[in-house]
Amino acid sequence: MDDQINTAVQVRTGDERAGPGAARPSDPSDASPSPEPELPQDDPVSVVELAGVDRTYPGKPPVAALRGVDLAVRPGELLAVVGPSGSGKSTLLNIAGTLDRADAGTVRIDGRDLSDCSDRQLASIRAHRIGFVFQQFFLAPGASALDNVADGLLYTGRPKRERREAASRTLERVGLGDRAHHKPGELSGGQRQRVAIARALVGDPGLLLTDEPTGALDSATGEAIVELLVDLHRGGTAVIVITHDAQVAAAMPRRVLMRDGRIESDEAVRG
Amino acid sequence: MTLEPSRLRGADLVGLAVAGMRARPLRAVLSALGIAVGIAAMVVVVGISASSRAEVEAQLELLGTNLLTVSPGQTITGEEASLPPESVDMVARIGPVESVGAIGEVDANVYRSEAIDPNLSNGITVYATTVDLLGTVGGEVAEGRFLDEALAAFPTTVLGSTTAERLGITVADGSVAVRIGDEDFTVVGVLEPVPLVPELDAGALVGWPVAEAELGFDGAPTTIFERSPDATVAAVREVLPATANPEAPQETVVSRPSDALAAKAATDRTLTTLLLSLGGVALLVGGIGVANTMVIAVLERRSEIGLRRSLGATRGHIRGQFLAESMLLAGLGGVGGAAIGGAATAGFALWQGWPVSIPLWALALSAAATIAVGAVAGVYPASKAARYSPTVALSAY
Repeated sequence: MDDQINTAVQVRTGDERAGPGAARPSDPSDASPSPEPELPQDDPVSVVELAGVDRTYPGKPPVAALRGVDLAVRPGELLAVVGPSGSGKSTLLNIAGTLDRADAGTVRIDGRDLSDCSDRQLASIRAHRIGFVFQQFFLAPGASALDNVADGLLYTGRPKRERREAASRTLERVGLGDRAHHKPGELSGGQRQRVAIARALVGDPGLLLTDEPTGALDSATGEAIVELLVDLHRGGTAVIVITHDAQVAAAMPRRVLMRDGRIESDEAVRG
Repeated sequence: MTLEPSRLRGADLVGLAVAGMRARPLRAVLSALGIAVGIAAMVVVVGISASSRAEVEAQLELLGTNLLTVSPGQTITGEEASLPPESVDMVARIGPVESVGAIGEVDANVYRSEAIDPNLSNGITVYATTVDLLGTVGGEVAEGRFLDEALAAFPTTVLGSTTAERLGITVADGSVAVRIGDEDFTVVGVLEPVPLVPELDAGALVGWPVAEAELGFDGAPTTIFERSPDATVAAVREVLPATANPEAPQETVVSRPSDALAAKAATDRTLTTLLLSLGGVALLVGGIGVANTMVIAVLERRSEIGLRRSLGATRGHIRGQFLAESMLLAGLGGVGGAAIGGAATAGFALWQGWPVSIPLWALALSAAATIAVGAVAGVYPASKAARYSPTVALSAY
């Protein structure tokens, strides 16, 4: 019913910000969705905006991973970044997630220019505003699902009890409420990826970055993960999905096609 | 918009360090063991030497430090001097002196029987002895009795502990005799070791009168022992030379046997220092082991580092995590080492019959040393971990 065209998404985001993704993570009341919008509704600031971004990896010869990339993601938007291997998808994700810095061009998170941010400031942005989901899950094998998810709040400085309460709620949200005390080794691949997604979500970030979230899963399990990501986006969290899986990309309302470090096409499509 | 800075609680930092260590328990135990060996070695060295010193102090407490001895020194021409026979009585007349005993070396050998080769004298010295000697030097009789006025006039002897052992004599009920000079002397007693006057242990003591009558003893004491109240020891010491040998006070040597005992305990310090530095080397090696473990841990846990950075950890948080883990690892070794060292010290001291004494400063120093070793060992791995770019860390698998 919604999100079928790009502009519709942008208009809608003002309302959708009422979702948990919009709440300030530092706000103790973020446990329940807060209706208070953070930004002016008439001018929604992009959660992440890249303008003319270049990134070249030094070496012989140097590899230009990104060349003049422009990309803006509105709050609550869901988009797929597709392209062949080596097209610069992962570099785009790293730069959009503040894990890497651009050589040229500007990167803004919530309207804030990152070029003059210190390592500590970038870490703070990651702690409060961005969630990452990786293909390999990266779960601590010795810790329960609940503690793995609670680790998503470790660097916010919130007390352990509070972190575990939030983790418990987030596990419910991804449909794993009954697996809270299982170790990753006792969970299926799809369940592990849900734990990893819950960990990325537990701080209610405005932006969720997922790198091949279905890459290590069979197609049926992958579809369920995609459905979860679509649900999150409906809940108001902007989600960028890096994938080379055409089926996954087809489920997304916006698709960005990359090739040789450039954005070849950026279109809203019918899901 | 402004964001709160990334923050890691102290309790969580400790939790991270514990979790990191528990993820590979065998490795943690082995690398902590290196530290433990070093700390245990140091605690044992310090503990045993402290216990032995405590033993000496307890002994001195028991024996008293108020015993002084007077011996003849050398004459101005370098010949052996001698004390006049009446010197014993003169020392006894010094006001504060409470008891006096004397021995005089007798030129005679002791044999188990007449049949023994005269050359096999066993290094035993015969001493003419006053009957007050034992009480004055604080000795005790192990078997039989000591010489008294009645026995001193007859061929009877009391053997030192070493002498009795060398001659193979264990009973002193009057049934055994030894050959001294040309006479059989009945063994009436065997002494316990005398800590303040160890030369008595290898001696055979005979009465003063019988030595003069039968063994050609000239009656000149070779050592006079006296005790006076602690407060007067210094004053008595002043007058002893002139009292014992009024004609030639400079030919006397006055000493305090308890000083020798205390000095013996003190000379162990050189050895203690040496052993302590060996323990320090062991600790250093243990520290290298911890550093090695941490370097490997950092290499293996690159993706964990990347993940934590993506969760909002600053470089400082990563550095702190690995530093804390290193210090915890070393600290575990330190606690284990202190426990092992303490137990070994206690066991050794109890076996020796010493009081157990482990100085607190040794434990405090061990704790400080392990924390320092852990910190130093962790600096390089931790800063290496902190320097990983999050993207490099995440792409490594």
